[in-house]
Amino acid sequence: MPTGDQKELYLLRRRPAYEKFVDSSFRNITISMASMVALILIAILIVVFWGSIESMGRYGLKFLVTSNWNPVDNEYGIATAIYGTAITSFLSLLIAIPLGIGTAIFITENFVPKRIRDIIGILVELLAAIPSVVLGLWAIFVMEPFLRPLLTILYNSLGWIPFFSSQPMGPGITPAILILVVMILPIITAISRDSLNQVPISLREAAYGVGATRWRAIIDVILPAAVSGIAGGVLLALGRAMGETMAVTMIIGNSNNFSWSLLGPGNTIAAMLANQFGEADGSQVSSLYYAAFVLMVLTLVVNIISQLMVKRLSLKY
Amino acid sequence: MKPTLSLKSQRTAADLCYNPGHSRNIFNRFLTLIAGVFSLIAVIPLVLVLSYVIIKGVSRVNLALFTQLPPAPGLEGGGIGNAILGTFIVTIIATLIAIPVGVGGGIYLAEYAREGSFSRFIRFGTNVLAGVPSIITGVFVYNIIVSTRLIIGSSYSAIAGGMALSILMLPTVIKTTDEGLKLVSDNLRKGSLGVGASKFVTITQITLPMAFAPIATGVILSISRAAGETAPLIFTALFSYYWPSGTNSLFDPIATLSVLIYNFSIEPYEVQNELAWAASFILVVFILAMNIFSRWLGRLASK
Repeated sequence: MPTGDQKELYLLRRRPAYEKFVDSSFRNITISMASMVALILIAILIVVFWGSIESMGRYGLKFLVTSNWNPVDNEYGIATAIYGTAITSFLSLLIAIPLGIGTAIFITENFVPKRIRDIIGILVELLAAIPSVVLGLWAIFVMEPFLRPLLTILYNSLGWIPFFSSQPMGPGITPAILILVVMILPIITAISRDSLNQVPISLREAAYGVGATRWRAIIDVILPAAVSGIAGGVLLALGRAMGETMAVTMIIGNSNNFSWSLLGPGNTIAAMLANQFGEADGSQVSSLYYAAFVLMVLTLVVNIISQLMVKRLSLKY
Repeated sequence: MKPTLSLKSQRTAADLCYNPGHSRNIFNRFLTLIAGVFSLIAVIPLVLVLSYVIIKGVSRVNLALFTQLPPAPGLEGGGIGNAILGTFIVTIIATLIAIPVGVGGGIYLAEYAREGSFSRFIRFGTNVLAGVPSIITGVFVYNIIVSTRLIIGSSYSAIAGGMALSILMLPTVIKTTDEGLKLVSDNLRKGSLGVGASKFVTITQITLPMAFAPIATGVILSISRAAGETAPLIFTALFSYYWPSGTNSLFDPIATLSVLIYNFSIEPYEVQNELAWAASFILVVFILAMNIFSRWLGRLASK
């Protein structure tokens, strides 16, 4: 039988008040830090919306479909920038999707030794690390001068098509599309590669077992199994392409005159903000906030769909 | 009966041999070729951009580049010393904000949060915040800090620029902290709590040190991303042709490498364009070094 003194030994030590205080305040601090994310997100929405109210009231939805941007007459419409945003992100996706998925397949299959595949993977990931302003600089001084003769040929031979109907004079939509391809290619490649790697090996073996060739297995079994992740990555890339600012601003020409032509200068919402927001005053500021709000809503929708897609479509193995 | 059987088996035997002329084998080789060509195309831009940055940047690298100020338009010489220093200052400010908030948020998600609507909302919000265009972050910080002169009456400032960058870093830091902590074995947590340690002690003494490498990897990656960002800085940190001076410099406009590249690339002077290339070289070397370091750290952690 333990005596009284021994019994003391087994008694639970009560946690001192200060320790409890430290414990609970640490918890509260982490909660408030986590809430910062939500707070910032909501604050961004409110700030951009608040700034655009004046312009929203004045122009309404007409803002989205008219293309004159005239601070002198107080006439604002962002159809040019919306067209630019849509066409640059759509066409760059169109080019980057096959390139990215093709690369992802190449580095997840064993066509070439693992060393080489790893090197390709790392190089593509490093491409994502190059700052967009450096890509823009490269586009201005290297890519665009190189591209101009080729685009001129395109203009001379196909100039009757509205998309090629202006003389390439320098910065324009086509170089912007190509630089966007460079920027979103790493995203699509990286996410496709991860999704392809997650496809269980038994699916591949089963496909081979029933006599499928390698590419039959890839096309009919492996790609469909990985489609949710790939689609999520593509949408993520779309969001990035729509919001990408610096490289596009530097190379697109920043013209607010509407034109269908891909060879001439254009504008995107993000480029417009980068160019004008710093020096704007009066109702131009509100119109720029309105443009920012449009961009914000577009990217939010794309991002949310991409997240839901990854969750909804992901197959359970 | 017999001949038919042997005929059949002959045909089967022939079929079992690899027939390179068969349509499906041609199709296979064709697609393999395409995939190879596509990966080659995917690698070309990096090689091209890097080689131009090195060729055009290295020739301009000398001591003056690090110690002198950018020249006035039309003048020769000069350097980008203030922009190099400015990039460090702004990035450090951003890191000092993003680490406590991001790691704190990550700790909450991994260690405290139960599967509920709040934690789901925070995770969702983190992903959404990661997708907000960086230019919008700049507009946001301009609105609440620059135009209101919230911070001791200064408008464009290094602090405003740092805050804009920290918003961009936040999602990465939160996510890597969350994921890094989740990789820590639950037995360690239970053991620590079992011997009577409080939750606070468990997290700070046991789980955080265990997850140090993945968290550090994420932080370094986000720093390298932030150092190259331009869009959030052009109307928060703005630009400056002078050295940041003393503590006051935190509340003044400040030069950064990325904004310098942007400003100087569109100027019609050769000297400025050369400085833009030199700045690109320094920025790219810095960012790639950080990137490779974080990769190495990540590999070290996974071993």
